[in-house]
Amino acid sequence: MNARARLIALTRKETRQMLRDRSNLIVGLVLPVVLILLFGFGLSFDVTDVRIAVVIEDSSAATMTAVAGIAGSDYFSPIWTHSMPEAEALIRAGRADAILRVPAEFTRDLLQGEGQLQLILNGVDSNTAQAIETYASGAISTALQHISDRQGDPAATSASVTLVSRIWFNEANDSTWFLVPGLIVLVMTLIGAFLTSLLIAREWERGTLESLFVTPARPIEMVLSKLAPYLVIGAIDLVFCLLAARFVFDVPIRGSLWIIILSSLLYLLVSLALGLVISGVTRNQFAASQMALLTSFMPALMLSGFVFDLRNVPVVVQVISNLLPATHFMGLIKTLFMAGDDWPQILRANATLAAYALVLIAIARRTLTKTLD
Amino acid sequence: MTALTVSAEGLSKSFAGLAAIDNLTLTVRQGELTALVGPDGAGKTTLMRLFAGLLRPDAGSLHVLGVDVARDPQQVQDRISYMPQRFGLYEDLSVQENLDLYADLHGVPMAQRRDRFARMLAMTDLARFTDRPAGKLSGGMKQKLGLACTLVRSPDLLLLDEPSVGVDPLSRRDLWQIVLQLVKDDGLSVIVSTAYMDEAERCAQVHVLHRGRILASGPPDTLRDRAGGLTFVATPLPPMPARALQARLIDAPDCIIDAVPQGGNVRFIRRPDADAARLADLIASATPRPAELEDTFMMLLRLQDDTPPTTIAMQTTAMASDGQPVIVVRDLVRRFGDFTAVASTSFQVARGEIFGLLGPNGAGKTTTFRMLCGLLPATSGHLEVAGRNLRTARAQARQRIGYVAQKFALYGNLTVRENLAFFGGAYGLSGKLLRTRITDAISEFDLDPTAVSGLLPAGYKQRLAMAVGLLHHPEILFLDEPTSGIDPLARRAFWRRITALAQGGTTIIVTTHFMEEAEYCDRIAIQDAGRMLAIGTPREVRDLSGADDMNSAFIAIVETARAGRNAA
Repeated sequence: MNARARLIALTRKETRQMLRDRSNLIVGLVLPVVLILLFGFGLSFDVTDVRIAVVIEDSSAATMTAVAGIAGSDYFSPIWTHSMPEAEALIRAGRADAILRVPAEFTRDLLQGEGQLQLILNGVDSNTAQAIETYASGAISTALQHISDRQGDPAATSASVTLVSRIWFNEANDSTWFLVPGLIVLVMTLIGAFLTSLLIAREWERGTLESLFVTPARPIEMVLSKLAPYLVIGAIDLVFCLLAARFVFDVPIRGSLWIIILSSLLYLLVSLALGLVISGVTRNQFAASQMALLTSFMPALMLSGFVFDLRNVPVVVQVISNLLPATHFMGLIKTLFMAGDDWPQILRANATLAAYALVLIAIARRTLTKTLD
Repeated sequence: MTALTVSAEGLSKSFAGLAAIDNLTLTVRQGELTALVGPDGAGKTTLMRLFAGLLRPDAGSLHVLGVDVARDPQQVQDRISYMPQRFGLYEDLSVQENLDLYADLHGVPMAQRRDRFARMLAMTDLARFTDRPAGKLSGGMKQKLGLACTLVRSPDLLLLDEPSVGVDPLSRRDLWQIVLQLVKDDGLSVIVSTAYMDEAERCAQVHVLHRGRILASGPPDTLRDRAGGLTFVATPLPPMPARALQARLIDAPDCIIDAVPQGGNVRFIRRPDADAARLADLIASATPRPAELEDTFMMLLRLQDDTPPTTIAMQTTAMASDGQPVIVVRDLVRRFGDFTAVASTSFQVARGEIFGLLGPNGAGKTTTFRMLCGLLPATSGHLEVAGRNLRTARAQARQRIGYVAQKFALYGNLTVRENLAFFGGAYGLSGKLLRTRITDAISEFDLDPTAVSGLLPAGYKQRLAMAVGLLHHPEILFLDEPTSGIDPLARRAFWRRITALAQGGTTIIVTTHFMEEAEYCDRIAIQDAGRMLAIGTPREVRDLSGADDMNSAFIAIVETARAGRNAA
């Protein structure tokens, strides 16, 4: 078969080019590892070591007990100060993230059941602020519970009813559990679209395509030969991701492993084909890599449900995010990891991905129609 | 009657409303070597791409190897081989891997492959470099590898689009030997487009293309005869240099079609309708010489173009050469790691001189050039430009030089005026002075200030690049292969300007691959493998080698030196 010989020849050429391009290999193999470690360890939505300025205007035993909750917590590193202006200066200088003020009348009010603590948060980072608020109220209410237990006076607890009960929320590694499956989506998107986005554009820029066109090589053979080597790289990255999920982050894998692998490879094919389409349309390596980043990686990060819950976004954004292959794969992979095999969802998502793959490969083939017009 | 490989009828193709191929009818016979010649923008590349099925014609019919190309381009592409102007070698693949790829794509059986590769590698002299990445080959070797890749099997038709642009005379000769041998041995049909008339002379059929139409077709002999009786050679009276006589002749377009310096004389073509008295005024005596293909070509083009060639006012206040050296080079050495690019080179260039630097690809010309411009520090040696030592006062020396790079180095998406304004500003010109200089440059170089620079034809771009390089009135102008890829008409105009500049006292340092252009220079230097092989006036260099034309002289000098080096 001539076609098979040509396909093998082209694939061998693409593989050689891939292996000789060091920067390509770094993006393909090293970057995913960096991403896994960075996102896995660095990007958890949990907050630790919050620098909190504690202003004590009333130094009674009750106060000390109340703030002991802060001092003894892993989440806080308190800075002891004596006046509000001093604490405000710390916030302004960026040396504290929050202020906890114990007013002069705290002990008196507490005994009357109206004890109040003032918490001032630096709202620049709302996610962090929210987390701090939750932790602080949790820590303090635990401390107050101690006071009321010791004094046997129910008035002390009723004073801080509003602060109670959020303590359950911060079960330490919760966010890593849903971040790691999402990370597989990001890695597949990044290496897929980013690496292949350079391939056709580079051949246009270097003029190699004009020579290649006037050979018996068919457009579809050129497309498939460009997909094959990167599918292998993607598969290696997938193995990295799964190993890291299981052994580094101890994320449960409740669905079948082979379904996870097959679905991931199908999604990888979609993003590789998307990269080729971008490459063939722009015909310029710089524009192609920018486009790949903006149209695949960024949306996959922002709109696929990786960071923001899609149920809370406006309808328009929901529609857009449903157009993204990443969204369908994101939902599927999270279910597969956390919940297990949900066959209707597996079939629906994979059918959608397969349709995307076919359409994108067909478009990529068209961009390689042998004409310079 | 032999079969036809190509038959085109009423073929048209336009881009954005501009006709590149205009109602063209042409036939090419099988087993022959056919040349397409024409100036820049004549439509040569478009025609080649139409043949290769890479472009769809707007109108007319085109059959290649009996197949309607528009209907079934793939069938044509399966049978032909095509070498584009810039052959797309995969630079990260080795020589052997590039050959293997094309052999696989063309389905060359393994048994045939061994013989074919051996033959190709021997012909191209690349056998020693099979493991080397294609990107690390010199320009000439890349071009030969490109040819080898298109010839991994015997195609039914071979298309070569300007295979010798930017290739030195030695590699050019090698390329042609391969093609001629294949035509002779395998009966290969070849269509080649070229700007070199000596290459067209070797073909069986020549088609002269101009503005998308065929101006003339026929065997070289028949075409040559069209200029019969109009071609002469004149000898300038000493001490007048040939260049000055050539300039005088070319400035009289009503009598003279073309004039070029050669071997201390001036070859010219008179107009058939030239006034005898006026002709006698211009030249005291002229001897007839046999017509060449180039004469016919120049005649066809000049008679076709109504616009006369741009004449440049001779500067009467000639500062001319006062013998003062403006460039002094002593024992210049440049090494890259353990590779010596330029080895112990010494020469001087006087004010107002035109100094030509010649050499094969990879001879060290560009390195020498860059050191002279202060773009690259020398490893050792003394280097003085415009009275400034380049080691201690590089910035001051740079103010006094202009540099025109080989590739178009201006901003493609700016207009002509914007480019002039930007580079003028970069050289420290501003306000009224800058405005006057720009206005002068636009009229002097015949530029359209509103044209977008990137869309201009090659010859026009070259003019703009030169205008930019001259804005700050440099004492010395460096030109790196300024005429590569531009047509004979534009080249004449270019040299006419250079002559005028030199007359005005500007020193010119130029590199070129067109050996006949060396005749315009006062002195030339031939470099190979980093060494100066010869230096002197064109006549002295020719005498040194014993050849009568510059091309043969160049090849002889380089080959003798190489043989000596290999023996040592």
